[in-house]
Amino acid sequence: MIAARKPEQAPALPAPRVEPAKPTPGIAVRIEHLDAYYGSLHALGGVTFDVAAGTVTAVIGPSGCGKSTLVRCMNRLHEVTPGAYARGGVFIGETDIYSPYADPVAVRSMVGMVFQKPNPFPMMSVYDNVAAGPRLRGWKLSRRQTDDLVERHLRRAALWDEVKDKLHRSGAALSGGQQQRLCIARALATDPSVLLMDEPCSALDPIATYKIEELLRELAHEVTIVIVTHNMQQASRVSEHTAFMLAGDDGVGRLVEFGRTEDLFTNPTDHRTEAYITGRFG
Amino acid sequence: MATMALGAHVQRHQIGRSRRLKNMLMTALVGTAAVGSAALLLLILGYVLVQGAPALDLAFFTERPKPFGVTGGGVGPAIIGTVIMSLLGGVVAIPIGIGAALFITEYKSGRAASIVRFSAELIAGLPSIVVGVFVWSFLVRSVIHGYSALAGAAALAVIMVPIVGRTAEEVLRLVPSSLREAALALGAPRWRVIVWIVLPTARAGIVTAAILAIARAAGETAPLLLTALGNLFFSTDLLKPIAALPLQIYQYAASPYDDWHAKAWGGSLVLVAVIAVLAGGLRIATRSRLR
Repeated sequence: MIAARKPEQAPALPAPRVEPAKPTPGIAVRIEHLDAYYGSLHALGGVTFDVAAGTVTAVIGPSGCGKSTLVRCMNRLHEVTPGAYARGGVFIGETDIYSPYADPVAVRSMVGMVFQKPNPFPMMSVYDNVAAGPRLRGWKLSRRQTDDLVERHLRRAALWDEVKDKLHRSGAALSGGQQQRLCIARALATDPSVLLMDEPCSALDPIATYKIEELLRELAHEVTIVIVTHNMQQASRVSEHTAFMLAGDDGVGRLVEFGRTEDLFTNPTDHRTEAYITGRFG
Repeated sequence: MATMALGAHVQRHQIGRSRRLKNMLMTALVGTAAVGSAALLLLILGYVLVQGAPALDLAFFTERPKPFGVTGGGVGPAIIGTVIMSLLGGVVAIPIGIGAALFITEYKSGRAASIVRFSAELIAGLPSIVVGVFVWSFLVRSVIHGYSALAGAAALAVIMVPIVGRTAEEVLRLVPSSLREAALALGAPRWRVIVWIVLPTARAGIVTAAILAIARAAGETAPLLLTALGNLFFSTDLLKPIAALPLQIYQYAASPYDDWHAKAWGGSLVLVAVIAVLAGGLRIATRSRLR
């Protein structure tokens, strides 16, 4: 299990901590002075911002600015890459997921993730794909409970009506957009409090993209969503808050500006944000 | 201007023609190679079939070899011996090979992995008679004290491990890392990711690896000369010498009798058929039921 965070056990930080971290009501994810590395490559530097519970937060920025690395640090998937590690603090609710006591497997149980390319398990049926999360965690469910779980989460992902007659066909036989919604259902099936999405629409056509965006707005009432996107229109359509990231001349990705999406897109405070959203680079 | 343009045009035309010629030549070369290798296979199979088929009757499968000078009899003990030793060797070697491949692909990728991979390559490169001598000196001379089916199976297992391991490593590498990440992101412990996601995804390839290894081992003669020895009688005792098809073929083919030459061809045909049946059976038994 994940132990509650003990302040004296906090890992060494590159910058002084402004205040001791404690859970704040309404904050689903708190990121504090997060640095991430791939071996000797410093990919992400000093990122700090809060994600409000029950909202959609978009992370935007040009390629190579560390957007994907950032979300992969939020469920400790970053360190799965050989040589990769992270320093700093990420709190999911009250849990310090980088505490020495935190178990990465338990951390990933609280956070769902949807990837850039739809990746349903190809040897599993639609049904088994949705049930994969609970089964992979060793939940003991009866046939009836599993049936209910699969239907409930396929409905949440707005896919039930399209696949209810082919639940036992291969998940890989669905269209790209359906596959991605299947992956959303799979991620939701373990009831995560946070759903991370790493450019979930970049491999999809506009209609499939539209369906997923519509779905995001509905899901945001039940689960906190962090979505990485290189599509600024998408960020402005779906998110309440936006984080703009940029890699510096040293190649380290940093947070340039974080704020309400409306403010960030209409009245950016940083000249680099303005340059990016008006299309002058990136 | 006009002549330059014409020259450029002619030159382009000539380049095009020589390129077309080279293209046709290459197509013809690789085409011949492809047809040649397929023809070689058909030739061998066809020749074995034509030569071996006349020897086949019910007695050939069910009876034991007759003594010198007596016609008739069959290779029943050898069929049983080959199936027993190939399967027994496979039961030991296939998990070890798959385990080593998982170690390399899922757990360690650095120095330890190269050491394991290099050892497997060295074992694969050992002449099979050396494997036979090794098992003979370790098992036959000391542990078991006698030629036996067990020693034969052990020698075949040594042959199989690197084949399974190297083929399984290649197919495990083909499992997209996105699937591993998806499973990890669902909160699965690493061993469940391997058992539930990685291995099932690579199933077809791993079955192929096992079939390759069994097929290769079933046809080995040299490692069995000093371990299983051969037996003219029916035996399923793992601690006694046992017959094997390759040994029987070798013995019959080296004899001066026409009847035994015919039996050697029949044995070759049966050996090919046994391998095909083992391979087909494994493939059907492990086929995906998902449409």
